[in-house]
Amino acid sequence: MPEVKLVNVTKRYGRIVANDDINLTIKDGEYVSVIGPSGCGKTTLIKNIAGIIRPDQGEIYIDGELVNDLPIEDRGIGYVFQNIALFPHMTVWGNITYGPRVRGWSPEETRPLAIEMLEMIKLSARSDAYPSELSGGTQQKTAVARALISRAELLLLDEPLGALDIKVRGRLRYELRRLVKDLRLTALHVTHDQEEAMSISDRVIVMKSGRIVEAGKPIDLYTRPNNIFTANFVGEANFLKGVVTQISDEGCLVEVADGLQLVTDSRNETVGDLVAIAFRPEFASIGDNEMSNKITGNVVDVIYSGSIARLKVELVNGDLIVVKKVLGFSRTGFGVGDSITVNISPRNILVYPYPKEGLYNELALD
Amino acid sequence: MPLIRLANVSKRFGEITALDHIDLSIEDGEYVCVLGPTGAGKTTLLRTIAGLLEPDEGEIYIEGRLVNKVPPEERSAVYMFQQFALFPHMNVWDNVSFGPFIKNWDNDKVERVTSEILDMVRLGGRRDALPSELSGGMQQRVALARGIASGARILLLDEPLGALDARLRVELRSQLRRLVKDQGLTAVHVTHDQEEALMIADRVVVLRNGRIEQIGAPHEVYSKPQSIFVASFVGGANFIEGNVAKVEDSGSLVEVRGGLQIRVSGRGETVGERVVVAVRLEDVSVGSGEAVGSNNLSGRIESATFIGGSIEYAIRLENDIILTSKIMLSDAFKAYKTGERVVVSFPPDRCYVFPYPKIGLLKEIEAI
Repeated sequence: MPEVKLVNVTKRYGRIVANDDINLTIKDGEYVSVIGPSGCGKTTLIKNIAGIIRPDQGEIYIDGELVNDLPIEDRGIGYVFQNIALFPHMTVWGNITYGPRVRGWSPEETRPLAIEMLEMIKLSARSDAYPSELSGGTQQKTAVARALISRAELLLLDEPLGALDIKVRGRLRYELRRLVKDLRLTALHVTHDQEEAMSISDRVIVMKSGRIVEAGKPIDLYTRPNNIFTANFVGEANFLKGVVTQISDEGCLVEVADGLQLVTDSRNETVGDLVAIAFRPEFASIGDNEMSNKITGNVVDVIYSGSIARLKVELVNGDLIVVKKVLGFSRTGFGVGDSITVNISPRNILVYPYPKEGLYNELALD
Repeated sequence: MPLIRLANVSKRFGEITALDHIDLSIEDGEYVCVLGPTGAGKTTLLRTIAGLLEPDEGEIYIEGRLVNKVPPEERSAVYMFQQFALFPHMNVWDNVSFGPFIKNWDNDKVERVTSEILDMVRLGGRRDALPSELSGGMQQRVALARGIASGARILLLDEPLGALDARLRVELRSQLRRLVKDQGLTAVHVTHDQEEALMIADRVVVLRNGRIEQIGAPHEVYSKPQSIFVASFVGGANFIEGNVAKVEDSGSLVEVRGGLQIRVSGRGETVGERVVVAVRLEDVSVGSGEAVGSNNLSGRIESATFIGGSIEYAIRLENDIILTSKIMLSDAFKAYKTGERVVVSFPPDRCYVFPYPKIGLLKEIEAI
């Protein structure tokens, strides 16, 4: 169960800084995911740790040992890619035992390990099958077994479920996490899928432009993101521009439109600050609620997706917000043109300094 | 008259029947999503409409005209590949105006249409950029702009958002729909992402093994699944095996493992019938207290998984059945801990009852 530590790691490609002074510790036995928009440097990060590329600056430690000069095969890692790279002419057994074979391990030594791996991925009955005879999900499980047979204790996963159907992906998440925990591995998992990262990890790292924006437990990142980029990236959020008009021990008051002031529990502001407030659509409720802020507006669109309806609501100043509502057996009961009151508790309003580059640029995903 | 009509269309590849007697009508201005797992025949369906494949059987009509023998470029439909194929040596402007250019439109019209569409996809400022200088999401919008600029009435979209980051995909969903609606186009959009289909479409076609399994408005397909497959593939559900123990006017009682009885709203079951009861994850609520009354069952929280916006609890009931409950975060949200005793409940009118599948329940679901 190795610990991974990165100290001031920087990697450049020409003028692009793919990893910009990264400091990060992954604890023994921790399952950590890295998310961020395309080009944020998450794949570079995992390649640095694997030893596929070398950082220009900084140190990488695995299990306390400086590994900058250590080749990939000596780092004690298993590496799994998005593109399932099984040898097509070899059976499951042949693929799984490939690593030990090239390392010159004896068949007697390899056999029990391979049997254990096959049991672990519940594929003992298919050891003679060729990759082309297996589903995508099963192929990827074989790739994981192949990566782990050499007793790797650090599992590096680069979009391991990315090439699979959504339904299969959902199922394999849990198998992957259980595997890592049962074998007491340390895992670093790069994904573009926020939901996958949230459900699989002990801790999630959000990256942007080569830097770590924020790291934390999934639920904390979702409910109390420290950074406005995180608030937008890890889930849906409404953003409104405002000015702090009053502060007290309980928090500050933010004016977001003429005559519309919202109570928040944020205590980092001073009067006159230009801020962006954010709240998640599911924390807004419709109807009357004594304790809450009230925002009135007109429904301009209702979008259904399964059990949830999203109501797009236009405020008096023209700003749009989205409110999520769990459906009963029938529809919401709200239609376009209806005037509604939206309630938000002070504790569910996040307050951020208004971005210098403007909200749109700060939150842009591309 | 429907804009697109498929009558009894079949297409085989060797022993595989990719399309198996498909009947489908699509109205002018409609946004239709074709949803199904890998290998369901979605792409074949789209390519057959586009004219890239000729059906072995059946007729395809576009604007009332039989088009089986009409080449793709004369079908007023443009097919967009999943891997958007932009010309790498041409800038955004040239890529988008390529269609109008070869159609010999006059320069003024090309100029006007191209800039209008680029503004619409919010790339007016990037007209001189080469594809390699753009992000995946921007490239995808260029490809869309090119499809729209071609002047075709019908957009055939094969996983148009499939190559994008999850977060961007969600953001582009509503833009895509609005674009199609604003231009008065008709869209057929193939996806394996049920959430995408439910959010974007006027009508959803669920495809399985080359056949249409169900077709309807998103809400209808979601709330009235006609098969175990649809319940599982669209939205997902808990599936519980049992036998009908009693049939009453108000509904039926289904006996499941451990002698537990579940009350369901009747659909004409008969006593002794072997059935599968499906309950959506979000229809299972979790509370504390005593398990009293029908469909109130006690159990223990086996695991809690936060998935961003909601929490999924796996609850082991006393009869060892594990039910999953999905609860959206809200202001009133109360968290339960692993191991905690809880009472789960689900209303009888949210239980879907299906005959037990001949090939077995797991196979029926795993076929996905």
